[in-house]
Amino acid sequence: MHIVVCIKQVPDSREIRIDPNTNTLVRQGVPAIVNYYDLHGLEEALRFKDEVGARVTVISMGPPSAEKALRQCIAMGADEAVLVSDRAFAGADTLATSYVVALTVEKVAEEFGPVDVVFCGKQTLDGDTGQVGPGVACRLDYDQLTYVEKVVDINEQSRTITVHRHLEDGVEVVQTQLPVLLTVLAELNKPRRASLPGVLRAARYKPIVWSTNDFSNIDRTKIGLKGSPTIVSKTWVPEPRKVNTEMIEGPTPQAIAAEVTKRLWSSEAASRLGWS
Amino acid sequence: MATEHFDAIVVGAGPAGSAAAYTMAKAGLSVVLIERGEFPGAKNIFGGVIYRKQLEDIIPEFWKEAPLEREVVEQRLWLLGDQSVVTLGHRNEAFKDPNNCWTGLRVKFDQWFASKAEQAGALNIYETVVTELIREGNKVVGVRTDREEGDLYANVVVVADGVNSLLGKSLGVHREWQPDEVSLAVKEVIAMPKEKIMDRFNLEGNEGVTIEFVGNTLGMAGLGFLYTNQDTLSFGVGVMVSDLKKKRVKPYELLESVKQHPMLRRLLQGGETKEYAGHLIPEGGYHSIPPLSGDGWVICGDAAQLVNFVHREGTNLAMTSGRFAAEAIIQAHTKGDFSRVGLSLYDRLVRESFVHKDLKKYKGLHNFLRDSDPTLMFDKLPRALNDAAYQMLLVDGVPKAEKQRMAMRGITDAAGGLMNLVKLGAQGWRAMNG
Amino acid sequence: MSETKETTEALTEGATPGKKQAVSKDVLPGREWSDYEGILIVVEQRGGVAKKVSWQLLGEGRRLADKLHTHLSALVIGSNVSALAKEAIYRGADKVYLCDSKELENYRTRPYSKVCLSVIREYKPEIVLMGATYTGRDLAGAIATHLPTGLTADCTQLDVDENRLLLASRPAFSEKMLATILCKQYKPQMATARSGVFLALPLDPTRTGEIISVSPQMPEEEIVTQVLDFLEQTERVSLEDQEIIVAGGRGLGGPEGFALLQELADALGGVVGASRAAVDAGWISHDHQVGQTGSTVRPKLYFAIGISGAVQHVVGMQNADMIVAINRDANAPIFKVAHLGIVGDLFTLVPALTEAIKAQKGNSTSVPIAL
Ligand SMILES: Cc1cc2nc3c(=O)[nH]c(=O)nc-3n(C[C@H](O)[C@H](O)[C@H](O)COP(=O)(O)OP(=O)(O)OC[C@H]3O[C@@H](n4cnc5c(N)ncnc54)[C@H](O)[C@@H]3O)c2cc1C
Ligand SMILES: Cc1cc2nc3c(=O)[nH]c(=O)nc-3n(C[C@H](O)[C@H](O)[C@H](O)COP(=O)(O)OP(=O)(O)OC[C@H]3O[C@@H](n4cnc5c(N)ncnc54)[C@H](O)[C@@H]3O)c2cc1C
Ligand SMILES: Nc1ncnc2c1ncn2[C@@H]1O[C@H](COP(=O)(O)O)[C@@H](O)[C@H]1O
Repeated sequence: MHIVVCIKQVPDSREIRIDPNTNTLVRQGVPAIVNYYDLHGLEEALRFKDEVGARVTVISMGPPSAEKALRQCIAMGADEAVLVSDRAFAGADTLATSYVVALTVEKVAEEFGPVDVVFCGKQTLDGDTGQVGPGVACRLDYDQLTYVEKVVDINEQSRTITVHRHLEDGVEVVQTQLPVLLTVLAELNKPRRASLPGVLRAARYKPIVWSTNDFSNIDRTKIGLKGSPTIVSKTWVPEPRKVNTEMIEGPTPQAIAAEVTKRLWSSEAASRLGWS
Repeated sequence: MATEHFDAIVVGAGPAGSAAAYTMAKAGLSVVLIERGEFPGAKNIFGGVIYRKQLEDIIPEFWKEAPLEREVVEQRLWLLGDQSVVTLGHRNEAFKDPNNCWTGLRVKFDQWFASKAEQAGALNIYETVVTELIREGNKVVGVRTDREEGDLYANVVVVADGVNSLLGKSLGVHREWQPDEVSLAVKEVIAMPKEKIMDRFNLEGNEGVTIEFVGNTLGMAGLGFLYTNQDTLSFGVGVMVSDLKKKRVKPYELLESVKQHPMLRRLLQGGETKEYAGHLIPEGGYHSIPPLSGDGWVICGDAAQLVNFVHREGTNLAMTSGRFAAEAIIQAHTKGDFSRVGLSLYDRLVRESFVHKDLKKYKGLHNFLRDSDPTLMFDKLPRALNDAAYQMLLVDGVPKAEKQRMAMRGITDAAGGLMNLVKLGAQGWRAMNG
Repeated sequence: MSETKETTEALTEGATPGKKQAVSKDVLPGREWSDYEGILIVVEQRGGVAKKVSWQLLGEGRRLADKLHTHLSALVIGSNVSALAKEAIYRGADKVYLCDSKELENYRTRPYSKVCLSVIREYKPEIVLMGATYTGRDLAGAIATHLPTGLTADCTQLDVDENRLLLASRPAFSEKMLATILCKQYKPQMATARSGVFLALPLDPTRTGEIISVSPQMPEEEIVTQVLDFLEQTERVSLEDQEIIVAGGRGLGGPEGFALLQELADALGGVVGASRAAVDAGWISHDHQVGQTGSTVRPKLYFAIGISGAVQHVVGMQNADMIVAINRDANAPIFKVAHLGIVGDLFTLVPALTEAIKAQKGNSTSVPIAL
């Protein structure tokens, strides 16, 4: 069994603030982390490795500094880590990103053996689209199981996988054939803390780095800015809508409540609710 | 996996630990540098002055690559009255070439320094806490960490885990703190546009200034500081823990109150506080320096109380002690003797250096401060000095000789009489001069 | 300079008219997009019931189509869903593509995307929109890659400009900013959009339109994915579809505060919502969170109780028809967006309000809640 986990290094957007004076993002000092959901994908792969044995390869497209994120995955127990890095990849949207990530999975399969399962996070903290996973599955012609909150079973003999998919109104139990691509939720598991030997291995480990030149079959029109149909044309900080607020006052809470109720029942909202 | 064995394990990636790890790794020893923070410097704070000489001895021309803030060309000492200040200061172009010291921020500096050790060949591991030393008899043979399969073995463990040194305590060389041996410093990093800083502090290019201030610390023994960085200010105040306890003041209340002083308020105005943190500073001085080595271990930096608080020197003592420890271990490595005797070079190097000599010079200061009334030294006297200066400079028809008498009387009264003032001066002088 | 600006510039640069655009044209030799016209909404349903977001998108799609002077069509996929095709017309569609077949009963990526791809390739809409639901995102991601075209995720604002470009705006960086995304060189322009943001048109049975049947694309034998079961989860609240929400924040002081809110919500016939602060504090589960990374809601009545009104919360609820705010602090920003404001202690006001509303409801003869 060979499992590939796709990870992305992202700024921890929970810590990004808006500068109130300039209305721009303050990214200084915001730590770069492994995208939260991706770690859950890695954990699931590692559990599989611990239980029945599997080879786990972590891949990421990103700048050279993303090596740190890959090392963190090695520390947790991944066997090999590949960083796909090239200036030509910069500016990629999800279409271009999924193209390069899919090529990388293919090359990983060629070099380290056929791939059975690919894990992606549900979405990234920065791009936040959740589109890269389905994109990669399409390009690889794998079946995709998105928003997985539980892996019930992976059967190597019958080459089937059964999962629980999280939907708005319930949980769908789905089965399909390997190879498969999963995008996963945090509910899936609790990522482990790396052991000391893991951390030492990571401290010594050098990820494999591939650039465009390492892909013989790459179509340069499909990568980076050139290969990206979407364009961010502007960004702005939303301003809350302003309304005329009526302040209700009264001598007692009961008096205020009576007044509010009166206003409510004579409001347009009440007529839309069929109250009056 | 068979447990690995290293030449040395360094606990703590502060200035002491990184200096030791760098020096040993460069000499070809196999070294692991263990830090509990997410990265080196993540939780470390200091006032902010990094000195040239001692780091240069480890990494020549480090200033060309290290993340430093500003080159300090002026140092001011302010004695604060209620709404006034008596200033002392020195500015000199000579401080530029060669540079004497820089302002810095630990978040950046510690990361850089530890990465130098890593580049030299050390294995740096973070988010890992050393929970105890592993011993065989009297000998330290490794460390236990909070990770799974977390034991690690080495010929020597370098204990550089800072002021609270849990490991020092476990070795019996570090007692629990007495409240009068340690001060608690609180510090804010305040963001401010570069141009504003340069205007307010009269700076050009990369120049920087440091201000230390005494007085206005609610009658507690302590010292405040305000340093200029590129686009932030480091602002803080440290006071004796025993005084904080006595006065029941919370550290941030002290900081907020000091901030309101008219001289400081206008320098800080318009800045935005980005970080706030507190940290202990060992003030025990010379008398609290523990034995520096034993079988299979050495102790450096704050963990060994090597801080010269009079001159706010700590990082340089830490780095130097780290380097000395490394040199001793390298020698022990060639001899194959990691016992206390094999490591004794470390004690000798420290004793023969400025580290020991400077601390010895101020050895009486701790007792002097402990025994004197903090409200006198850190409140009444600075206030009296300010009143005196005010009287002398006020032109109000009172004859100068009369004014001088009044000023002098103010100061002697504050000290509780002339005899007391003379005694205080003499004791102080002795404390500062060995 | 901020990173957003850099990204904006970097991403825009390659597409500004001029030299670099020529590069993009080279990518697609001889591609003519002028025959792409109209707006297509992909309707999502389960068991013959459409997701509200689909009707909301038809409402928004109608507005955009009128602005472009073009037609609005809907794609309905499923088993026994012809009623939905009619409803799509009543909700604003001019044309409906209906693919009704047994093997399409449950959503599965491959067969559904095959149907979508064949409709898009044959009928060439210039804009394709679907709900940013779990299913919608799963499907949209697959289709956009196959076509290929650009896909903007999870939009909260849509518009078109004079060059017929779709201006798709979406929250970025944990909702702290909005970004407008364009897709200039490819068609169709695709986007998924958040539920609860756009307004559905009222059902109008007098509307007429064309229903075009399309045949299924994939025989069951070729579909390896099987839906074995569906476990409904009724305890999970879905705020997006609620008409009345009583939301609480840090001011509630703890989970007990939410018990008070629940009583008020019960009296009103609504559900309880929360600000991020209350969710982060662990007083109530994440599915109650409004704004931020929570739900965007558009109820008829919204109570904000003990909520300061940080912009990240406000963007998620400001489109409520009527907002009532209770806060101890007269300067709380929530009062800027509230229609009725009460400065005071929520622990005395909320019980009083609950009683008053119960009494009022007891008196009123009309149906209490419109479902
Ligand atoms: C506000 C906003 C909204 C967006 N909305 C959408 C949307 O709706 N639909 C959509 O398709 N896309 C969208 N995108 C783009 C989407 O987020 C990206 O596909 C994805 O997140 C990768 O872009 P990036 O921001 O990580 O990095 P980018 O800077 O855009 O770079 C793309 C990739 O190249 C890597 N890279 C950069 N420099 C190098 C280098 N020197 N060497 C190697 N690799 C490098 C990056 O790490 C990244 O993985 C949006 C982007 C933003 C900022
Ligand atoms: C407010 C303030 C202002 C100061 N101003 C100056 C100044 O201007 N100039 C100056 O030179 N000095 C100054 N100092 C003193 C200086 O900061 C210290 O002397 C110096 O940092 C000591 O270095 P160190 O390496 O011994 O300890 P530290 O810098 O404290 O480093 C110890 C490291 O060990 C890590 N650690 C601790 N326990 C463990 C464990 N169990 N496992 C793993 N890791 C562990 C810690 O996370 C830390 O990174 C100041 C100090 C303070 C508090
Ligand atoms: N540059 C990348 N390299 C590897 N995997 C990625 C990359 N970008 C996104 N992914 C994967 O796709 C998932 C969804 O990302 P997104 O579509 O950007 O929200 C992430 O959680 C990752 O698993």
